[in-house]
Amino acid sequence: MAVLELKHVSKHFGAIEAVKDVSFSLGAGEVIGLMGDNGAGKSTLVKMIAGNFKPNSGSILMDGTEIVMNRPVEARQHGIEIVHQDLALCDNLTAAANVYLGRELQKGFGPLRILDYASMYRRAGEIFAELKSETRPRDLVKKMSGGQRQAVAIARTRLSNAKIVLMDEPTAAISVRQVAEVLNLIRRLRDQGITVVLISHRMPDVFTVADRVIVMRRGTKVADKEIAKSSPEEVTGLITGAIETV
Amino acid sequence: MTSSLTSSIAQRQQSRLTSLLASQTFWVFIAVIVASIALSLSTDSFATSKNLYNITRNVTFTAIIALGMTLVIITGGIDLSVGSVLCLCSMVLAVVMHAGYSIEVGIAASLATALVVGAFNGFLIAYIGLPPFVVTLGMLSVARSLAMVASGNTVVFEFGPDHNTLLALGGGAWFFGIANPVMYTIVLGLLTGFVLRWTAFGRHVFAIGGNENAATLTGVPVKAIKVAVYMISAMSAGIAGIVQTGWLGAVTTNIGAGMELQVIAAAVIGGANLAGGGGTALGAIIGAMLIEVIRNSLGLLGINAFWQGTFIGGAILFAVMFDRLANYRRNV
Repeated sequence: MAVLELKHVSKHFGAIEAVKDVSFSLGAGEVIGLMGDNGAGKSTLVKMIAGNFKPNSGSILMDGTEIVMNRPVEARQHGIEIVHQDLALCDNLTAAANVYLGRELQKGFGPLRILDYASMYRRAGEIFAELKSETRPRDLVKKMSGGQRQAVAIARTRLSNAKIVLMDEPTAAISVRQVAEVLNLIRRLRDQGITVVLISHRMPDVFTVADRVIVMRRGTKVADKEIAKSSPEEVTGLITGAIETV
Repeated sequence: MTSSLTSSIAQRQQSRLTSLLASQTFWVFIAVIVASIALSLSTDSFATSKNLYNITRNVTFTAIIALGMTLVIITGGIDLSVGSVLCLCSMVLAVVMHAGYSIEVGIAASLATALVVGAFNGFLIAYIGLPPFVVTLGMLSVARSLAMVASGNTVVFEFGPDHNTLLALGGGAWFFGIANPVMYTIVLGLLTGFVLRWTAFGRHVFAIGGNENAATLTGVPVKAIKVAVYMISAMSAGIAGIVQTGWLGAVTTNIGAGMELQVIAAAVIGGANLAGGGGTALGAIIGAMLIEVIRNSLGLLGINAFWQGTFIGGAILFAVMFDRLANYRRNV
């Protein structure tokens, strides 16, 4: 059964139709590349899944039941996590502090509660090991490479046992070697049965790691097909409009 | 492969010794010690118990407020109103006690005033989105003016039935001859240090200074915490005002004038980062100590008091420069 399903979802802002009648379903452990030019409706689509705004019509189903979200925190409660493009990290804090930011582990009773450093370091270390990323929980994020920073942002999504992770342009601003590292992180998530939606402009990344590609153009879904049955040329054509639809 | 990954994850980035040597607070502390030793050797008047008693007590008023200021600075803000808030709180205490109320009522009224002022600052900054510099600059003017209104711009030196209790509170030394204000500073310093290091609130204060947007996205109650830090800052000024009133035995409407700059200087010399995201309680106190040692030593060495500003300003620039150099070296 599909983990997440969108049925005839539309969203307009005044007269502008940002997303028109889009339907698709995502299975467990699937990596989906979501592609499209600027203004194609990718961000609007993602923001609806992330709970930033509600669709004007259509429905979003999670494990077969319809969900209605008013705020991003509700999406998180449903098991949908977002890795923002700027990663939303605090450079002055350690990796573990960033992983646990806003949901710190504490010990003690009532108002007399102190941070449980040992547990946070240990658990963060376990997650980094699980992700096979050489990231040390006690290091300041300030001194980390782009790949390690991604690992910290992704480790956050592991805390809540998310079912779906939306990644917004994770490879946009990092070096070639680190791109490989990030793509590996995505594979680790997939191996644990997590659905990853990779929003990206970078054709090679999508074709390396994704199982399926969904292409948006002018608010509508113009393609939804397996990577193996497509090609970068075809997807480029779909994005630009050289190929109408498939 | 797996074991090497696990062991490298478990590694520490730097040893405790290297992080100590890279800390600005540590070197400022060394400067305080070296200056104190040099002064003890070169003058007869420095290492006397009377002078040391004076120095430690003088440090406290700046240090107590610098603790609150450090929290504000860590969030990336600034509180220019503390000197005026100190004056207002002292005056509220004085006027209430002068009117015949007990010291408990006086202190409660004074701290309540501080909290209201801090909440007002914090509300305008966090919820209306006005810049901290402007809001607290406005409050600098308002609070001092209110102190003048409350007192009719007179000097208050009679504090009603609890007059002597108040003087003992600020001027006494009931714990092994250590001046009371010093005890208060130590207690408040430990409390601030504890909150910053061991509580989720403290962690969030650092997070806001590091990346406010990230803190918001991860669900940190950014606005509420900002209001809280300005309330804490105002309250630290209120506490300093109460203690100082007890110590001086009189309140005029110009106490605490210009104090905000000295307090900010203490916090910055102690390692608080005006760009947000860094600072410690210990640093605030050590920064205040360095400023007082400079002031005291200039007097003892017979250097004209007009030079004081130059030396304190030099210390600020040196401290910030040191921080920049230390960071530069680490980044290369």
